[in-house]
Amino acid sequence: MAGKKNEQKPTSQPTPQPTPKPAAPERPALAAVAQRRGGPGGGGPFGGMGMPVEKSMNFGPSARRLIGRLAPERAKLVGVILLGVTSVLLAVLGPKILGEATNIIFEGAISSTIPAGVTQDQVIAQLEASGDQQQADFISGLNLHPGEGIDFSALALVLGIVLLLYVFSSVFSWLQSYVLNGVTQRTVLRLRREVEAKLHRLPLSYFDKMQRGELLSRVTNDIDNISQSLQQTLSQLLISLLTVVGVLIIMFVISPLLALVALIAIPLTLGIVMLIARRSQKLFVAQWTHTGALNGQIEEGYSGHALVKVFGRHREVEARFGEKNDELYKASFGAQFISGLIMPATMFVGNLVYVLIAVVGGIMVTSGTLSLGDVQAFIQYSRQFTQPLSQLGSMANLLQSGVASAERVFELLDADEQSPDPDPATSPTAATGRLAFEHVSFSYDDETPLITDLSLVAEPGSTVAIVGPTGAGKTTLVNLVMRFYELDGGRITLDGVDTATMTRDDLRSRTGMVLQDTWLFGGTIRDNIAYGRPDATDDEIHAAAEAAYVDRFVHSLPDGYDTELDDEGGNISAGEKQLITIARAFLARPSVLILDEATSSVDTRTELMVQRAMSALRKDRTSFVIAHRLSTIRDADLILVMEAGSIVEQGTHDELLKKNGAYARLYEAQFAAPTAAEEAPAVPVLVPSAAALQREAIQAELTDDPLAE
Amino acid sequence: MLGKILVRYLKPFWPLLIGVILFQAAQSIAALSLPNLNADIIDEGVVKGDTGFIFGTGALMLGITLVQIACSIAAVYFGARVAMGLGRDLRAAIFRRVGEFSEREVSKFGAPSLITRTTNDVQQVQMLVLMTCTMLIATPIQAVGGVIFALHEDLQLSLILVVAVPALLIAMSFIIVRMVPLFRVMQTRIDTVNRVLREQLTGMRVVRAFVREPVERDRFGVANDELTETALKTGRLFALMFPMVMLVLNVSSVAVLWFGAFRIESGELQIGSLTAFLSYLIQILMAVMMATFIAVLLPRAAVSADRIGEVLDTEPSVVPPVDGVTELKQVGQVELRSATFSYPGAEQPVLRDVSFTAKRGQTTAIIGSTGSGKTTLVNLLPRLFDVTGGAVLVDGIDVRELDPDTLWSKIGLVPQRAYLFSGTVATNLRYGNPDATDDDLWSALDIAQGRDFVEAMPEQLEAPISQGGTNVSGGQRQRLAIARALVKRPEIYVFDDSFSALDTATDQRLRAALEREVTDATVIVVAQRVSTIIDADQIIVIEDGTVVGTGTHDELLQTSTEYAEIVASQLTAEVA
Repeated sequence: MAGKKNEQKPTSQPTPQPTPKPAAPERPALAAVAQRRGGPGGGGPFGGMGMPVEKSMNFGPSARRLIGRLAPERAKLVGVILLGVTSVLLAVLGPKILGEATNIIFEGAISSTIPAGVTQDQVIAQLEASGDQQQADFISGLNLHPGEGIDFSALALVLGIVLLLYVFSSVFSWLQSYVLNGVTQRTVLRLRREVEAKLHRLPLSYFDKMQRGELLSRVTNDIDNISQSLQQTLSQLLISLLTVVGVLIIMFVISPLLALVALIAIPLTLGIVMLIARRSQKLFVAQWTHTGALNGQIEEGYSGHALVKVFGRHREVEARFGEKNDELYKASFGAQFISGLIMPATMFVGNLVYVLIAVVGGIMVTSGTLSLGDVQAFIQYSRQFTQPLSQLGSMANLLQSGVASAERVFELLDADEQSPDPDPATSPTAATGRLAFEHVSFSYDDETPLITDLSLVAEPGSTVAIVGPTGAGKTTLVNLVMRFYELDGGRITLDGVDTATMTRDDLRSRTGMVLQDTWLFGGTIRDNIAYGRPDATDDEIHAAAEAAYVDRFVHSLPDGYDTELDDEGGNISAGEKQLITIARAFLARPSVLILDEATSSVDTRTELMVQRAMSALRKDRTSFVIAHRLSTIRDADLILVMEAGSIVEQGTHDELLKKNGAYARLYEAQFAAPTAAEEAPAVPVLVPSAAALQREAIQAELTDDPLAE
Repeated sequence: MLGKILVRYLKPFWPLLIGVILFQAAQSIAALSLPNLNADIIDEGVVKGDTGFIFGTGALMLGITLVQIACSIAAVYFGARVAMGLGRDLRAAIFRRVGEFSEREVSKFGAPSLITRTTNDVQQVQMLVLMTCTMLIATPIQAVGGVIFALHEDLQLSLILVVAVPALLIAMSFIIVRMVPLFRVMQTRIDTVNRVLREQLTGMRVVRAFVREPVERDRFGVANDELTETALKTGRLFALMFPMVMLVLNVSSVAVLWFGAFRIESGELQIGSLTAFLSYLIQILMAVMMATFIAVLLPRAAVSADRIGEVLDTEPSVVPPVDGVTELKQVGQVELRSATFSYPGAEQPVLRDVSFTAKRGQTTAIIGSTGSGKTTLVNLLPRLFDVTGGAVLVDGIDVRELDPDTLWSKIGLVPQRAYLFSGTVATNLRYGNPDATDDDLWSALDIAQGRDFVEAMPEQLEAPISQGGTNVSGGQRQRLAIARALVKRPEIYVFDDSFSALDTATDQRLRAALEREVTDATVIVVAQRVSTIIDADQIIVIEDGTVVGTGTHDELLQTSTEYAEIVASQLTAEVA
């Protein structure tokens, strides 16, 4: 029995909730603050405003699957739940026991007003006699010791217990968060690891179909978002749920009728939060759309800065920017305002329920069905009740965003993988580099066959030149040799062994590749050269570098081979980059080589070195060259002419010229009559590298090349 | 910088800001008055069984709550207005300033960095203002109000505040001081993980060709582990924060009860006051905590504000003349007089003492190896840069004295990197001449050798172009950029290495068409390859920023060793 006066005790909720103090303005949860701040590592441009929440297409299963990913931490999760339950239990008991303390103080205070020797019953009788029945009932509920003051030893005992309760509750709550933090972080670590591993198992066709930016966004932004959502929701979700349940149980123990009244808060709070959240969600999406539009404007304005000026469009550009800027302002204002309504609205529900309980409770006390202390405790608990409820509501938003991201990541994880390597795999015993296509057919999609029944043999040490316009499918052949794609029919053999029966690693380590896009990664020049053979000695690296003319310019760099290349490789020129990739191929010592002659516009001296390095690299190796230089084509042992995705002719230069077919036409248009441009037949552009061709043209013109008829 | 920016850009919002403060104050006062009513409901209503009083006070309470909510909503409304308005104004200010920049300032910052500053950094500042308006402003009112009410209840008991508030502050700062640097480390680690992933995605073929999956997996593994390690540390601090705060709150209330009991025993304190005091104590501590927490936003916003300030404080190096010349007598003559350009602080000027005249109806070619200063040179014409010595004259007038619009209307620029704007083929072609007819566009496309592929597109002139022109090939992009300049019908054409993505045949057809159609304009062509410029009326050979030869192809072969060398190198390239 507790004759408590109105005490508005804080309760030891281990969650970041504001105190359940009656009618105080309910503060947004700290976690919400953290979330708005972008949370730990909140990246994106609007990390501060929450992700735009697309309605998940498949919320249930995806959410279950996301939760399922916590499975390896099962034991720890059980620990987390136990710790959480303990912590919440202690916190929920807090007000009840603290009530005892108030009780002791209250009784002591009243007792001291009654002279010693007078019994409690006498006081009650006196009060009843004076007609003050209510006061009499009230006093009868107390345990008075007339004449004595506050029982400090009892008070110390109770407060000591409460103190212990709170300390333990805090400790448990801390342990719970600590363990849960590990659980979520390790789960995200595993998810990242799995996604990265998956990338290496996906067939290249997957990357063709997906936009790179989209894919990047999935492996970076979405995983970050999942990490944040898990971190912020899991612990709060648990604590809030446990608190709601715990408080509800105590409420029902105290008074089932009042508990039913308090239950009104659940649908009201959740309803209001959902209603607002749904609306603000739309506005957030609008805000994101407008952000995207504005960013587009800004990006164009800045990237095309010079053009905007010289074409006299700065006024229009500024006006359009102003328009988009205004639209964003309106959208983000709406989103912030509407989402800002959640707090006051839930606060109102809390107060409404509070008053309802006070009214119903008051009536029950007067009718004698409930004690004052119980009403007092009940009001306490009702405050503790609405707070986590509104938290649960606002978390729904965050959770949805996380699950939406998870779904996108799961889609990636579920994508079809390339076929596994054969087991047992065969491996060619000789390493001469004889490569043969036998009745190969292939298409990227089933509808348009690209290569049908192609047979060719590249003898060891020979050069195969592939010519044809861009988009003719020259890289397709390369892709097939490297087994980046699977054949539809026929087979490709390397030194007599079907490449499909080899492991991909084995095949690729026998094949070298120098492509047009010079891919360097962040690291030193040395690392980049040794890319294909990390165990190479310094001498080997230097030898390769010398052969590829890398050594020369490396020595002019302050850090030499230890020069760090940044993301864009901005500190060295495009030609130098290409030389590094050639050095890489030298070092890898492949028996089959794939070269793309096309070079971006590099200055002529560097270009000369690139060419020399490439010819040196080709020596004594079976090479497939996507050729742009007349000399390469002319000297090739086999020329493959590709048009519209298929090989239309193959043979040597002389053979093909005699045939007077596609190659002859191409040769005629591109190499033979460069100065007679105006009479040049209006055939589609056949050879894409203007650089190489212009050089051919000049050569033809200035050196009286006998071939330039 | 943060303060400066806020003072300057919040100025237009001061009425709204006052509104925010007023409504937050009203809201806080309403909130502070509620504990008393709560006490009354119990003391006077429940205890005495006075249902009427309960209803009455309950209604009053609800009424005050409504007022409080209305004030909160108004505060949020004004706060959101202020914060979002500030964001809008800051973005506009930056955008306008960047618009005034010359290429020098743009390249100093880099377009991506400028974009981040206009979007992300503004966002950070905007967020700080929003949180301040919706939450932080109320906290001092709540704290001070709480203290006043607490002192009013009991002076001596208020001494607990002297212990509790610093205890909370110490606990909060203990965590926050450690958290802020961790956040920074965390951001760089996230960047690293994302960079490795980006590299893997872009270099997927190379990774596979060199059988480097295991190594890449390790590289990623290290980055991933490092990120997780930092995330764990941050998470642990977070885990500590709330239990610690709650502990301080709860221990304080136990202390209030214990010491309060003595005060009650001595008759100096009423029980009702004790519980009310508790409410105020909690209110004060919550306000302190909230303020500390929002303070975490401050360093981040300050960094952003610095980055914004850098842009706003950078004076454009090219300033339009006050009363620019708009009337010109000559047509399309370009003259460089000892033009020199160097970046501030650079040892070597990019251009030194460059002089030549480009006449109407003639083609002037500029050749030289990469990095010799060719692009800088042509950018002096439209004043994308200003000379640091000498002068650039168009039609006899120094470009710095010309009205920019007059100057720009004369020049048709085809930049090295053909950049197209999002829209359609037509909107791009009309970029310099909005009034051009479809026939004008087609005839420009004819000259630029772009008719074939535009006709092949289903929507033809209305075919969509994505930002930057990424949905057409490099050669097509270049031809559209050339057509765009042609549609403008300028007096001076500047082709900055604009034929590099074209094959020989197209290049030659295009140049022949240009020669036929563009007869009365001044043409300046920057090139790297001899074949492109072989027929030019005048060739300027640039080496390391200076002119080392001027003349026609034949003359230069005789007089300029540098030119002969360039020609030779382009030939021997093949012989090898």
